[in-house]
Amino acid sequence: MESNRPKRVDIIFTMEGIDPLLVVEKTIKKNPDDIILEMIDSGLKGRGGAGFPTGLKWKFTRNEDKAEKYVICNADEGEPGTFKDREILDRVPEKVFAGLAICGYTIGAREGYIYIRGEYNFLLPKLTEKLKKFNEGLKKIGLDFFIQLRSGSGAYICGEESALFESMEGKRGEPRNKPPYPTVAGYLGKPTAINNVETLVYAFMISRIGVEKFKELGTKDSRGSKVFSVSGDTPKAGIHELELGMTVQQFVDEFGDGDTKAVQVGGASGGCVPRKLFKDMIIGYEGIPTGGSMMLFNSSRSMYNVLHDYLEFFTEESCGQCTPCRVGCQQLLKGIEAVKRGEKPPVYLEDLKKLAKTMKIAAKCGLGQSVANPFISIVTNFKEEIIY
Amino acid sequence: MADVQQIIKDATKIHGIERKALMPILQAVVKAKNYLDDQDLVTIAKVLDLSAAEVFGTASFYTFLDTVPRGKYVIRVCKTISCHMAGKDEIIKAIEGALKIKIGETTLDRQFTLLTANCLGWCHKGPVMLVNDEVFPELTPQRAVEIINRYKVELD
Repeated sequence: MESNRPKRVDIIFTMEGIDPLLVVEKTIKKNPDDIILEMIDSGLKGRGGAGFPTGLKWKFTRNEDKAEKYVICNADEGEPGTFKDREILDRVPEKVFAGLAICGYTIGAREGYIYIRGEYNFLLPKLTEKLKKFNEGLKKIGLDFFIQLRSGSGAYICGEESALFESMEGKRGEPRNKPPYPTVAGYLGKPTAINNVETLVYAFMISRIGVEKFKELGTKDSRGSKVFSVSGDTPKAGIHELELGMTVQQFVDEFGDGDTKAVQVGGASGGCVPRKLFKDMIIGYEGIPTGGSMMLFNSSRSMYNVLHDYLEFFTEESCGQCTPCRVGCQQLLKGIEAVKRGEKPPVYLEDLKKLAKTMKIAAKCGLGQSVANPFISIVTNFKEEIIY
Repeated sequence: MADVQQIIKDATKIHGIERKALMPILQAVVKAKNYLDDQDLVTIAKVLDLSAAEVFGTASFYTFLDTVPRGKYVIRVCKTISCHMAGKDEIIKAIEGALKIKIGETTLDRQFTLLTANCLGWCHKGPVMLVNDEVFPELTPQRAVEIINRYKVELD
């Protein structure tokens, strides 16, 4: 059984023998195109949830022929069940800064920003102080790159990259239409490489430990490891860095409390995996992708309450800009309440599923599009709990 | 009372007077007095050469940029799923009892405002609350009240 356990990894948080500035100094001796080839070869995909190949993102931004470009670290971690970026910024901020600097050098940017959610304001004094030293260090090694901090103010939607740019530009955090993508027109309309906190640290560590070491871990579609935020009904709540490619069953064997009936993979906007699918579902880009949020529910929990919480969350956090999301979230919430009270027949849930599917197609951004994930997976697999 | 003019001036020194300076300026005022009144928004609009409606539009979008009066200490209890499962309802009840206010209300002496918030990012250590920028994870009803009482003492 032992070999069936998820493999623990220590790449993100280790500082053993690592001088971030020294790694940056060595890396910027390489040709940017070679760094991009390494990143593509490593198979690293964005760790914020969307899973876009990091090397390609850097390549597209580098290829844009503009004098002004930006690198942004997306630390607007708001997905329910996720808290890894806070831990990373708290414990190894220099590795994040170094990842930003390497990205900046590679794509040809001179300015980098860390956009950190307002809920983490308590981290700012420490980060400001460490960043000041790091910026001085960058000057010393002769890299023309400067990193600044920006704060959010309690809007989940600002984790959506184009909403984040709007916010940084002093506007309401309302997502933009895509295309153009950020690599072409991002912050202030300039080419922008925007990466999750964890992605930047992996990019940094690939420079440090080499592509081969990274590629040894994971599967063909999901290379490397990932930091998981584990919460809910588990005796091992907290941060765990694990090799990618495990099944939900393996995960539950390690983290469950013996009575796990469902795992919500990827936070409120992710999907709910019921017990009967544990064995077949792989956690990764080939199965069920996740930004790291893993919430376990045991049989004492009502999945109606879980879904109700999620829908309330989306109703409040929808920016209200597009109708499918603004009205859709409200109607899904009202709909399950009406079914629960017996005012609507159980078959009404089928209509609501259609609405969720429409939102997936018609909503403007990832928020509205992903409401269908929890809705359909929970309503389909726990229909009785929703109705009775 | 916080000198809002001075705060805005200091913020523009760091962030400039372009539109991209708007969030840091709004945040600086909120940090000092916990909310933005109409006069603050008009002043900021003038400094940045924007319409007051644009500034209000931005400010009113963000949960943490309050445009109604708030207490000196704004308490935000996380209400999202993990904290819900860990017992946020009991925490809210305890604080409501200690301060004699309901969610969304401010104490008569304008010292405390009680609000709920969506996921604060402490799901492994819920229930959790913020008091202004300070975070308090792993709450029990008793601990929550003790923390509130500590703030009350600070006020005296």
